[in-house]
Amino acid sequence: MNIIVCIKQVPDTNEVKIDPKTGTLKREGVPTIMNPDDKHALIEAVKIKKKTKAQITVLSMGPPQAEEALREALALGADQAILLCDRAFAGSDTWATANAIGGAIKTIGNYDLLLFGRQAIDGDTAQVGPQVAELLNIPQITYAQKIETEKNKVKVERQMEDGYEIIESNIPCLITCISEINETEYPTLKGIRQAYKKEVKVWSADQAKVDKSKIGLLNSPTSVKKSFTPPAKGQGQTLKGSIKDIAKEIIDLLKERELTGGF
Amino acid sequence: MNFDFTPKQLAIKKMITEFVDSEVKPYADEADKEEKFPEKQIKKLAKLGIMGMSIPEKYGGAELDNVSQTIIMEEVSRGCSATAVSMGAHASLACHPLVNFGTEDQKKRFLPKLASGEYLGAFALTEPNAGSDAVNVQTTAVKDKDEYIINGNKIFITNGGTADLINIVATTDKGKRHHGLAVFTLETKDLKGFELGKKEDKLGLRGSNTQELVFKDMRVPKENMVGGIEGEGFKISMSVFNSGRIGIGVQGVGIAQAAFDEALKYIQEREQFGRKLHKFQALQFMLSDMATRIDAARLLCYRAAHVKDQGKRYVKEAAMAKLYGAETAMEITRKALQIHGGYGYTKDYPLERFYRDAKITEIYEGTSEIQRLVIAAELLGRGF
Ligand SMILES: Cc1cc2nc3c(=O)[nH]c(=O)nc-3n(C[C@H](O)[C@H](O)[C@H](O)COP(=O)(O)OP(=O)(O)OC[C@H]3O[C@@H](n4cnc5c(N)ncnc54)[C@H](O)[C@@H]3O)c2cc1C
Repeated sequence: MNIIVCIKQVPDTNEVKIDPKTGTLKREGVPTIMNPDDKHALIEAVKIKKKTKAQITVLSMGPPQAEEALREALALGADQAILLCDRAFAGSDTWATANAIGGAIKTIGNYDLLLFGRQAIDGDTAQVGPQVAELLNIPQITYAQKIETEKNKVKVERQMEDGYEIIESNIPCLITCISEINETEYPTLKGIRQAYKKEVKVWSADQAKVDKSKIGLLNSPTSVKKSFTPPAKGQGQTLKGSIKDIAKEIIDLLKERELTGGF
Repeated sequence: MNFDFTPKQLAIKKMITEFVDSEVKPYADEADKEEKFPEKQIKKLAKLGIMGMSIPEKYGGAELDNVSQTIIMEEVSRGCSATAVSMGAHASLACHPLVNFGTEDQKKRFLPKLASGEYLGAFALTEPNAGSDAVNVQTTAVKDKDEYIINGNKIFITNGGTADLINIVATTDKGKRHHGLAVFTLETKDLKGFELGKKEDKLGLRGSNTQELVFKDMRVPKENMVGGIEGEGFKISMSVFNSGRIGIGVQGVGIAQAAFDEALKYIQEREQFGRKLHKFQALQFMLSDMATRIDAARLLCYRAAHVKDQGKRYVKEAAMAKLYGAETAMEITRKALQIHGGYGYTKDYPLERFYRDAKITEIYEGTSEIQRLVIAAELLGRGF
């Protein structure tokens, strides 16, 4: 079985501050990490590898520093790594990113499973995985909390708000994973040593054979108009008195704001 | 001159930092309060290959350079110094004699088990009358055909009560003083004549095991004498201590960093006189001095590790790193506690634990006084 896992290097949003004036992320000096959902997708791939002797390719689009995240993926158990790195990719929105990644996946070819994280913490769109599946015209299962592989088939638990669906699909197919799918893992020293003996292939847009008219800032159908920090909610209100009085007051307040619904 | 870690060292640092923050640090308080040996943490460290960090790849280890080992020791110490000392006594003290002086047969027999973490190791030199005066070992090893019969006792042995393998120092010929010493490898399981004595009740490092060992006509096969020749024990022990000192220096740095991190947070939260503490210049100065001192100590430790990696003599560098790292741990934990006021004195905050844990770094693997003697001897060009 051949698995391709797509990962993104993102700023550690726990450490990111937003410039209140410009509304943009202050990225300088902020440590970067492998996007958490993507890491869980990779850990799942490694689990599948242990059972089925799969080959894992990790693929990322990003600046040269993204090599670090790919090395971490190799240390966690991936077999080979490819970085899509070209100015032509810069400023891609999710559609353009999906074209870049989808194009590169076609070039890699011969895949059975494509694993993605549900969403990246620096954008939270959850769009790239599904878009790539559409582009490649293969089935997709999103929000996977469990994956079982059988011969030419996968059985996946898909998380819903109030339970889960069990979905079976032929392969090849694309699955996006949520963090609940497995426990986090740390690279072993042996893994790290091996990761630095391997090569991280760097592909330009031409080498990846992607359609250059569908990538990059200028070819992105969406653009960010403005980003801003929502103003902080005002101070809460503390009610004092007997429980009965407070309850009455709350109901009055809710009624006043037409938030009472049925009663 | 280059102060940067390599990409591989950075990858190790990132891994161990994340691991310590979620798998070690949250359990440090419980290890201290309940005197709980950090068995789970040690098992997890073993899974990552860290218990075999000093062992060659050939025997199943990770064969890390000394800078990388120092990074790991600093981070684990920042999270939990009891876990760190247990790991250090294994990876640095116990493995060192076998890796550097063991016969091929000994390496094959013991190193894979130590590397995988199947065996937890310890190193036992100290005795009631042999502390700083390490040469004054009274434990005897008398040859009897293919075995040595060992009698005596060891005190203050880290991992002593939990170890599967202990390298002990004994004398085969008291008259020869340090030329009479030898190191023997004990596999403790079902070992006749091997008993545990008193378990120490300590000021700090309460999660780590510090144990007395008693040997009564304990028989050890002659194949277990490290290196296979008598009289090597002193050389081996000095080599163990030299190398271990870098680890203890950086343990001090890790403890100091943990205390500093708490102080930096607290000073920005606590208000007195209508202002946050960080607005008071006296405390700003304190913070600056603390950060500067921690960095100085850290740089001494990484320099010593770097010199060792170059294969050069590093006795002075290691002693300086140990001395300054330990005294830094004392000063920083004292100041960080001071910044916390009365809260720092209570068990609601980890400052009093850091303060208690810091003290040992000035004592074991050669007291600060002994480090000063070693440095002076190097400066003056003669033994102390
Ligand atoms: C928690 C803990 C863990 C330990 N783990 C181990 C272990 O795993 N293995 C092991 O073998 N040992 C271990 N030790 C022992 C430790 O290394 C010794 O305690 C240490 O070397 C000091 O020896 P001592 O306690 O006998 O003190 P002493 O040697 O009696 O020293 C007393 C004081 O005299 C000073 N002093 C001694 N000689 C001189 C001198 N010549 N000049 C100036 N001052 C001097 C010392 O600096 C000290 O201040 C451990 C100890 C503790 C507390």
